Amino acid sequence: MSLKIDQDHSRFRNIVRGKIRQNLRRYISQGEMLGRKGKDLVSIPIPQIDIPRFTFGDKQKGGVGQGKGDAGDPVDGGEEEGEDGAGKAGKDAGDHVLEVDITLDELADILGEELQLPDIENKGKSRIIAAKDRYTGIRRVGPESLRHFKRTYKEALRRSIATGSYDPANPVIVPQKEDKRFRSWKEDHEPVANAVIIYMMDVSGSMGDEQKEIVRIESFWIDTWLRRQYQGLESRYIIHDAVAREVDRETFFRTRESGGTMISSAYRLCASLIDEHYPATEWNIYPFHFSDGDNWSMDDTLTCIELMKKEILPKVNMFAYGQVESPYGSGQFVKDLREHFNTDERVVTSEIRDRDAVVGSIKDFLGKGK
Amino acid sequence: MAQFATNTTLPRYLRDEQDKIEKIARAHGLDFFPVIFEMLSYDQMNEIAAYGGFPNRYPHWRYGMEYERLSKSYEYGLSKIYEMVINNNPSYAYLLEGNSLTDQKLVMCHVFGHVDFFKNNFTFRTTDLDAGEHIADPIRRADGYEPNRRWVDKMANHGSAVRRIVDRYGIAKVEEFIDVCLSLENLIDPWSRFVVRRRDSQPDEEPREVEVPRLRSKDYMEEFINPSEYIQEQKRKIEAERDRDKGKFPAQREQDVLLFLLENAPLERWERAILSIIRDEGYYFVPQMQTKIMNEGWASYWHSKMMTQDVCDWSEIVDYAENNAGVMATSGGRLNPYKLGVELYRNIEERWNKGQFGQEWEDCDDLDVKKNWDLRLGLGKQKVFEVRALYNDVTFIDEFLTPEFAMENKMFTFNWSNRNERFEIDTREFQAVKEKLLAQLTNFGNPFIFVEDANYENRGELLLQHDHRGVDLRSDYARETMSSLVRIWKRPVSLATQLEGKRALLRFDGKEHGVRHDAP
Repeated sequence: MSLKIDQDHSRFRNIVRGKIRQNLRRYISQGEMLGRKGKDLVSIPIPQIDIPRFTFGDKQKGGVGQGKGDAGDPVDGGEEEGEDGAGKAGKDAGDHVLEVDITLDELADILGEELQLPDIENKGKSRIIAAKDRYTGIRRVGPESLRHFKRTYKEALRRSIATGSYDPANPVIVPQKEDKRFRSWKEDHEPVANAVIIYMMDVSGSMGDEQKEIVRIESFWIDTWLRRQYQGLESRYIIHDAVAREVDRETFFRTRESGGTMISSAYRLCASLIDEHYPATEWNIYPFHFSDGDNWSMDDTLTCIELMKKEILPKVNMFAYGQVESPYGSGQFVKDLREHFNTDERVVTSEIRDRDAVVGSIKDFLGKGK
Repeated sequence: MAQFATNTTLPRYLRDEQDKIEKIARAHGLDFFPVIFEMLSYDQMNEIAAYGGFPNRYPHWRYGMEYERLSKSYEYGLSKIYEMVINNNPSYAYLLEGNSLTDQKLVMCHVFGHVDFFKNNFTFRTTDLDAGEHIADPIRRADGYEPNRRWVDKMANHGSAVRRIVDRYGIAKVEEFIDVCLSLENLIDPWSRFVVRRRDSQPDEEPREVEVPRLRSKDYMEEFINPSEYIQEQKRKIEAERDRDKGKFPAQREQDVLLFLLENAPLERWERAILSIIRDEGYYFVPQMQTKIMNEGWASYWHSKMMTQDVCDWSEIVDYAENNAGVMATSGGRLNPYKLGVELYRNIEERWNKGQFGQEWEDCDDLDVKKNWDLRLGLGKQKVFEVRALYNDVTFIDEFLTPEFAMENKMFTFNWSNRNERFEIDTREFQAVKEKLLAQLTNFGNPFIFVEDANYENRGELLLQHDHRGVDLRSDYARETMSSLVRIWKRPVSLATQLEGKRALLRFDGKEHGVRHDAP
């Protein structure tokens, strides 16, 4: 159903996205609204634009509260808006605790719009479905371990009030068999991850902090976009100098090695990862390799090209190579790749001169909708 | 009227409940406007709540923002709006589709409490559209009091007026101007309808001869007691003062900054129309802000009384109690206006039932005697009805918050600790708690700002005065608000205030912001 408010809402979204009324953007405030998803607290981003007024500075203000504690104890929660029960609407004064930012999905949408990225064509591989039990309902029979304490208590309380056995002076409630309530579940089918990004990065001596920062920024955006496109997405991280090893995300961006560069080591590891874990018939595979393009020898480069042709390219959606400019590198590798894969659509190369070039390079990589 | 309002009718079984509850409420002595209940789905509810309870408002992005907040917090299961009621005659109240019958009954009871409050509390007299410019005696009402409070229509009219303007000038331009107006929205004078602020002076009348007050003396002592040089000097002083004020505009300082701008700022016709709409709607919401604690407390007082005494049967009482506990919960050290209000009413009722008031009670020092004090006066009910008509939050707290109550409800003040970078409990001392609470409620948390001079330094600049009462203005917001003022006044604007204990004059000339610390 379409609502009148939709127009106001879309204008608001456009302000948040900076499409209109840029002067308002600086009032978009940061904050957090905490929600609960199962047992986890999740932060729900809700942008809030404050219209500036003559108002009091916050910190001088203080206030009046209610509850336990001695002088000097912290007041917790301070800002959260009433969350329970009958929230009264309307023009209540009262601090809004809203919040900022946009979800990653929305971020990805903006990226997509800005760069005019096409949606990715799924390779049409079969989706893997996993069954998962979800506890969603309540029933009257079940194992003790699934007893719902609060519901059971309520039933017992209700019964004892109705039968007149409830004594406010001595409010003991004894549940009987028919008071008991149990959680019940149903099976849910969820598609599991069917796309994987394999990030490879050259961490040899010639890759400096600035180069790594560029890789980090770029891989963040690639991650965000591909996550939007695929329901589940896995990422693997490989670093290499003369030898390659798989690491976790944290290490990937932090490590600094010295030593030489053998790109083939990374490609070999990549190929074996694919063989072991990601059968090409079921997975959309995206290797991304970042380097300053300064390989050890021409021989090794030829090994790389051989590996790509035989082992990697037949299995992947596309192979992306990003070359970060560094003061030490010769930048030869990208030229070699271009020479050998000139006509091969599966290989995408991009040169990233500095941070400003990241956007263009993302477009190079993702602009083909593969 | 919006479409849904005429299309959806309340299901039969809820109509029956409404009739039943209405009778019960009347029997308890509540006196309300007719109430029309509508059943809404959650997204309709969120839409109307985003519009501040009205089905039709002028277009503006902030309603969209509010809508997003409400829908997201509903979708993530954080909160939902159970009820909403608008101060209108007849009053419209909304029920959320899919709530349990017990919940719906609770909402209905709560709503009748609110509507009784709308009709009887004196602050709401300012929302009578037929009340005239000044309400000399807010307590006295004609028999069969049926004021015109068709705000639903008025807001809808505002909506179409703004839409017409938008059609002509474009949404971007109009919305930008609305933002400017909204940033000044709180610069109004909440009591202006009850007090005569502007005295009609007759400008043509010749000013009277200045008379210097003299001390009484015997003839022969006159020269000594009232020496003539001194009298002359005083006379010159008074005349000089009068001459200085003669050309002053406005003659008296003006708290209704919006009205002053409407009357005196060089605005285009459409701008004036919008500013006037913003001001009207600002005044509409004033009583609700002045009586937040009282209004919620009163409604909660009645829903709990009616639900437990008359409405619920035994199968419903547990569900009701659970829900009610949620509404009344205080968590994280925050003051819950529902809870504070309802407890205060109950406290008043008990005290007046037992005769715990008056000189004798005040003078009694014996805690034991006080604890068992019961004169069996039975005046409680009468008193709470009187209180709901004659008080607002400030006077309510001022008069009825007692040390015993504050202690029982574990009230404290908190302040920002620079050392630990967090809010910390300051004290539980009664005077401090009460002062802080009153300070927060006064002028519903807005600073006092007046138009002091519209021809400042004889250059047609606007000078505003901030009455500093211990708390500085938030400076970045103050600067932005100054730009809004310049946008409307079209000449430089200054604001006299205090920053960190020093007098300061903020000035914005349309290009640059300045602060001068040696201000007048």
